[in-house]
Amino acid sequence: MSKRRYLLTLAVVLLCLFALAAGVQAEKTKLTMYYPVAVGGPLTKIVDSMVADFVKANPDVDVKAIYAGNYNDARIKALAALKSGKPAQLSVMFSIDIYDLIEQDAIIPFDDLLTTDGDKAWLNSFYPALMENGRTLGKTWGIPFQRSTIVMYYNKDMFRKAGLDPEKPPATWQELVEMGKKLTTPEHYGLMIPSTGYPYWMFGALAKQNGEVLMDGDGKKTFFANPGVIEALQFWLDLSKKHGIMPKGTIEWGTLRQNFLEGKTAMMWHSTGNLTVVKKKAKFDFGVAMLPAGKMRGTPTGGGNFYIFKKTSPAERKAAMRLIKFMTSPERSAEWSIKTGYIGISPAAYETPALKKYVEEFPPAKVARDQLKYATAELSTYQTGRVRKLLDDAIQAALTGKKSPEKALKEAQAQAERLLKPYQ
Amino acid sequence: MMGIYAWLLLLPASVLLVTFTHYPTVATFIHSLFSNGTVIRPSRFVGLDNYRAVMHDPVFWKVMENTVLFALGTVPASIALALLMAVWVNRRIPGRAFVRLSYFTPTILPMIAVANIWLFFYTPDIGLLDQISALFGGHGHNWLGDSRTVLWCLIVMTIWKEAGFFMIFYLAALQTHSPELEEAARLEGASRGAFFWRVTFPLLMPTTLFVFINATLNSFKLVDHLFILTKGGPDNASNLLLYYIYENAFSFFDTASAATLTVILLAMLAAMAIVQFTVLDKRIHYR
Amino acid sequence: MKRPGSSVEALAAWLLAVLWIAPLVYAFWAAFHPSEYAVHFNLLAPLTLDQFREAWRQAPFMRYYFNTFVLVTMILAVQLVLCTLAAYAFARLEFWGREVMFALVLLQLMIVPEVLIVENYRTLAAFNLVDTIVGIGLPYMASAFGIFLLRQSFKTIPRELEEAARMEGCGIMGVLWRVYVPTARPTYLAYALVSVSYHWNNFLWPLVVTNSVETRPLTVGLAIFGAPESGVDWSVISAGTLLAVAPLLIAFFLFQRQFVQSFLHAGIK
Repeated sequence: MSKRRYLLTLAVVLLCLFALAAGVQAEKTKLTMYYPVAVGGPLTKIVDSMVADFVKANPDVDVKAIYAGNYNDARIKALAALKSGKPAQLSVMFSIDIYDLIEQDAIIPFDDLLTTDGDKAWLNSFYPALMENGRTLGKTWGIPFQRSTIVMYYNKDMFRKAGLDPEKPPATWQELVEMGKKLTTPEHYGLMIPSTGYPYWMFGALAKQNGEVLMDGDGKKTFFANPGVIEALQFWLDLSKKHGIMPKGTIEWGTLRQNFLEGKTAMMWHSTGNLTVVKKKAKFDFGVAMLPAGKMRGTPTGGGNFYIFKKTSPAERKAAMRLIKFMTSPERSAEWSIKTGYIGISPAAYETPALKKYVEEFPPAKVARDQLKYATAELSTYQTGRVRKLLDDAIQAALTGKKSPEKALKEAQAQAERLLKPYQ
Repeated sequence: MMGIYAWLLLLPASVLLVTFTHYPTVATFIHSLFSNGTVIRPSRFVGLDNYRAVMHDPVFWKVMENTVLFALGTVPASIALALLMAVWVNRRIPGRAFVRLSYFTPTILPMIAVANIWLFFYTPDIGLLDQISALFGGHGHNWLGDSRTVLWCLIVMTIWKEAGFFMIFYLAALQTHSPELEEAARLEGASRGAFFWRVTFPLLMPTTLFVFINATLNSFKLVDHLFILTKGGPDNASNLLLYYIYENAFSFFDTASAATLTVILLAMLAAMAIVQFTVLDKRIHYR
Repeated sequence: MKRPGSSVEALAAWLLAVLWIAPLVYAFWAAFHPSEYAVHFNLLAPLTLDQFREAWRQAPFMRYYFNTFVLVTMILAVQLVLCTLAAYAFARLEFWGREVMFALVLLQLMIVPEVLIVENYRTLAAFNLVDTIVGIGLPYMASAFGIFLLRQSFKTIPRELEEAARMEGCGIMGVLWRVYVPTARPTYLAYALVSVSYHWNNFLWPLVVTNSVETRPLTVGLAIFGAPESGVDWSVISAGTLLAVAPLLIAFFLFQRQFVQSFLHAGIK
């Protein structure tokens, strides 16, 4: 009798302990996420404060958000963390990392987590152009977060001085060259398009404007050597070589904003993610325009998506989903867009009072969004790192005059084909 | 008995050395013979395929060319400057302490910080170099964006960083030379130049060798600045071997290529070692 | 009797000195002035500490200081112990395989840990030590340079001192502690300064190994903080750069003589 009672007591105690342990576990789900920053301004503080708001609203989840550097660093660090003992459960990484992440078997598709009709409606609430880089193999792997297009910043004061209408920025390549020539003086250039950091991205815009895309939809083919693509690179090179409206050689992505703010160029192409910091620092009247059209308008989308890693427990996945939904909600997306210049990722974001008001007062804030209808996906293939570098090197070789655009792109295409052969 | 003691004393250091120097050297070689493994395709033995692939990689050859140029550009110039600095600092010039301090200061700054500062000099138009050249009516030059100038920009910066460090070794050597020697030479009517080239310089030969080896080793392993300044661009015009290894391993997840490239770097280091221990050492002893 | 060339030489030495210190002076200029003046030089520009405040706000420098401090202290402490033990064995004990062992140690002078980042990363991952401060330090703890330096120094110590200590009943550890360590103090100081400044400034390996704020040393934090991608604000980056180098730089300016003497000492061997 007493023995049974002893056993019973033991069982109860054990049960209590389990319940307690489970309770403790249910109390806090710990999430680690990495995120990158590629534009100016105190973006880390903004992300941190949004995450802090989430934790305040969701006391059962603990989030450690780690700033890892640029897009490349963020991917390296998140994947390194997976292999080491301290894995991350979700991360913001380059939208174009998708194939590498799938090949490394690192991420799971969101379709597995989103089962209810409400979830599916949520998945369809974003701008479709922003979903392009996140979808492949019939599934959705990335949820848009810090997304951008390339826009043209221009110095209205310089337009006035050159006798141009500051409300009519160039809308075509021809106008770009003509106005560019008028805007080029001994003190400053007419135009700067950055060619370090993310040259392939800028090039994606030029190619699209010339009616071409750089790769197919499933990441297994590139079209670097198509005649229209070669033409696009020739045009880029001609801006400096033939028309003299852009400096020769490559132009640094990181210092370009400073050049624009210092009045060293009348126009610059850059990520819309720089908008807020340009707005804060510019001491002259500036405007933001869509990129001009060659055969058509065009820009790639760019930026970072949320991914959820495979090495996660169901509870972690659920918590991660909540965090993602929070960060991509219309209100948060509006806040993020206002503070940085990145695109509000859903039409609903532009319906929020905050963003509506902001766009009314500051119309440049909607240029990038309006441009989405001309947008195409950013260069993304299997072996992205290498394929991207091939194109980057080809562009830089052409711009620095080491190879002709045709030769550079044909070589890059041949090498890309070799790299992608095993995936056909 | 003594042997056991000796081995016990050596044990902790040996364990670490074997784990982080000898084992990885051997492992690198072995991994260079296997294909790159992904989750989908596991790694397998491929013999010398990785070496063949590297030999057919035009970027590799560009990187090798840069690495050699970087060494040729930095090593002799830093040595010459270091020697000059040491000779100057060793004589009684006014304000010697400040001069020595200023020569030596770059040595204790991290390369990352140095690159941050120098990025400003090289930035086109708004950078310091272009502002100075604008004063003299020059036109802005795109220093880091031009494949012909970028490597030289990095070389100049590296010389600035390294010369003061090597100066110290020369200074140490010069302080062991007796001043009477120069006094005597002067009485004999030898000019200072002649004395330097006939007496001082030969006496400094062992130091020069030591500095030469160190400078060359440094030039192979110094890539920190690339992370800030150029990322190896434009079009690999400033890419160096160790940075390319990093890119392969950590950006492209291609550990097989990275291992192969590391073996090549190790071979270069081994060649350096052989040069040091045989040819140069002998020549200097016989002098 | 002064030679005519010497004042020209002094002038040249001074010119070079000014040129050499200029980049650092510029960093100070940019950091202590509002960012409008970063690229415009004007002696009347107002001084400000805002850039430092901004840099401090944008990155967890306090944590980076702490990490770097822990890192260099830990590496140095272990290095001193391991190198002393090994150096004594090589300097004073006769044993089978001594020459071979010494050659194997010296190999590390050539094959520096930086070269082996890929393989060493694998090793650390296997031991679950990626993203730890210990992990950053491990490959450097057995230092061939330290062993070599201390061995040279120990060899100059008269054996009589050791024998006297033994007569008093000291064991090997006692002899080391009572005789060798005190006599070789200048060498230890020299090595310590070289080691600390090396690891304070080391970048590539820490970059590879660390993933988080809790482990990142100053150099890695600075590189991420000042990454050109983030759109360079010269002034804030200059301030951040100065914050990162300040402790070492101040120590250097204060103990300049000791630093130079130490490097001299380490260099002669």
